[in-house]
Amino acid sequence: MPPVPDEESAFYWDGLREHRVVVQRCTTCHAHRFPPMPSCPVCGAIGADKIEVPGQGSVYSWVRVHRAFNEALAAEVPYSIAVVELDEGCRIVARIEQPDAPSPGERVTAMFADHGDWTELRFRPAPSEGP
Amino acid sequence: MTGATTAIAGVGYTDLTRRSGRSVLDLAQEACRRAIDDAGLRAADVDGIASFMLMHDSVPCQAVASALAIPETRFGIDLQLGGQAPCYLVWLAAMAVMTGQADAVVVYRALNGRSGSRVGAMHFAGMGAQYRYPIGYDAYMMYVAMWAQRYLYETGQGALDLGAVATAQRPYAVDNPRAFKSKPLTLEEYLAEPYVVEPFRADDCTVEVDGACAVVVTSLERARDLRHPPAVVASGAYRAGPRPGLDIGDHLLWQDYTRNYTSWLRDDLFSRAGLTPADVQFAEIYDCFTSTVLMGLEGLGLCERGQAGAFVRSGATALDGALPVNTHGGLLSEGYLHGMNTVAEAALQIQGRGGVRQVPHKEVCAVTSGALMDGSSLILTADR
Repeated sequence: MPPVPDEESAFYWDGLREHRVVVQRCTTCHAHRFPPMPSCPVCGAIGADKIEVPGQGSVYSWVRVHRAFNEALAAEVPYSIAVVELDEGCRIVARIEQPDAPSPGERVTAMFADHGDWTELRFRPAPSEGP
Repeated sequence: MTGATTAIAGVGYTDLTRRSGRSVLDLAQEACRRAIDDAGLRAADVDGIASFMLMHDSVPCQAVASALAIPETRFGIDLQLGGQAPCYLVWLAAMAVMTGQADAVVVYRALNGRSGSRVGAMHFAGMGAQYRYPIGYDAYMMYVAMWAQRYLYETGQGALDLGAVATAQRPYAVDNPRAFKSKPLTLEEYLAEPYVVEPFRADDCTVEVDGACAVVVTSLERARDLRHPPAVVASGAYRAGPRPGLDIGDHLLWQDYTRNYTSWLRDDLFSRAGLTPADVQFAEIYDCFTSTVLMGLEGLGLCERGQAGAFVRSGATALDGALPVNTHGGLLSEGYLHGMNTVAEAALQIQGRGGVRQVPHKEVCAVTSGALMDGSSLILTADR
């Protein structure tokens, strides 16, 4: 079931198609925001710049789905879904590609799963930083 | 008490079943008729109707007005909400009565929630849906689980605390003929269940049913002359905290998954009633999932942060405990009428009609409706 973009979100899905993570940033208070919306949920100002971000963040919370609610995903359980807090401060929900459940605070990095007519943002554990 | 002037005078239920074989309107009219009759009123005495539905799973108030042959509806509300609504609607009905806009308001929830449209598998429309359903984040249970996981992590609680709620509520259900799940449940049995969506197992989840429930709100003065003692509406509050998201399943903008709406409405709720959390003698806490009981107890200040699981494990929420909680077995065991039955249970207990489940101290009850960003609450008291 592909996403149905709306007037606010088309740029986000277009970005993923090109393997780029693009989010809005308030032109007034500079808070990054997700999901896309016409005004800033922090200060209320209208207007946003569209900013490409590196897709680095950490796990805020997670669930592990053991029983698929959608038949099409039955072969993929168990899978993990996390709320990821991007380093820019906004949060995105996405699949986490790793064999075990993630843990809160775990560092993750964006990856892209192409599904024919749309591209899904996923995350995987970030490579540990060198010594 | 600070001048409360309204009360719940009657409650009504249909049977709760797997497959009613009946229209939702038929369920709605039966529950409303029973509630009106229970109060000792006639349909002609009712001039207000209020209800709620999700994704058109119920019938609007106008249909019930027609089915009950209500002469004129002076006050009517159809809310597009889920379990956030029951306390809120009772409070709105009470305000309508207080301000003279209605004399008697019937508040109902009706649905074929098991044989028809099931919330557990429902796709909530809204601007946030495009980010959830395509990736397999596609059930309400997952959203509550997402909060539960962070809440358990931050407060140092875990499976034993969720299991404590499931097992503590079941004995009430054993004694409740309405309850859908009435087989005793031990912690060992709970822990042996596989995860559905970690951290939730099957017994962390409400049981979906077909059925309806209704209550009648009228003036306290009038309720005093009716069939049962009044369940006084001492206060009510609705709250959506900051940045509640784009739809019922979108929690991405919410900052703190360890505190739900109960933390945000607590001060309004108690100050309007002129009471404090210490005055509460029993509680009916909305429990679509076990975690919302823990969060609600902490949010309302009925126990310390991070201590809800230990509180439940101590036996405090049992019938002979310091604070009986979910005395019908909760939505977990009685069935998922989206918290309308949570309100009705509170009223029955206040009225002294709890039967073998009657709480010993029934003067002050806190009731909640909702799980995450927004919800509502009531304080019901005995007449005094």
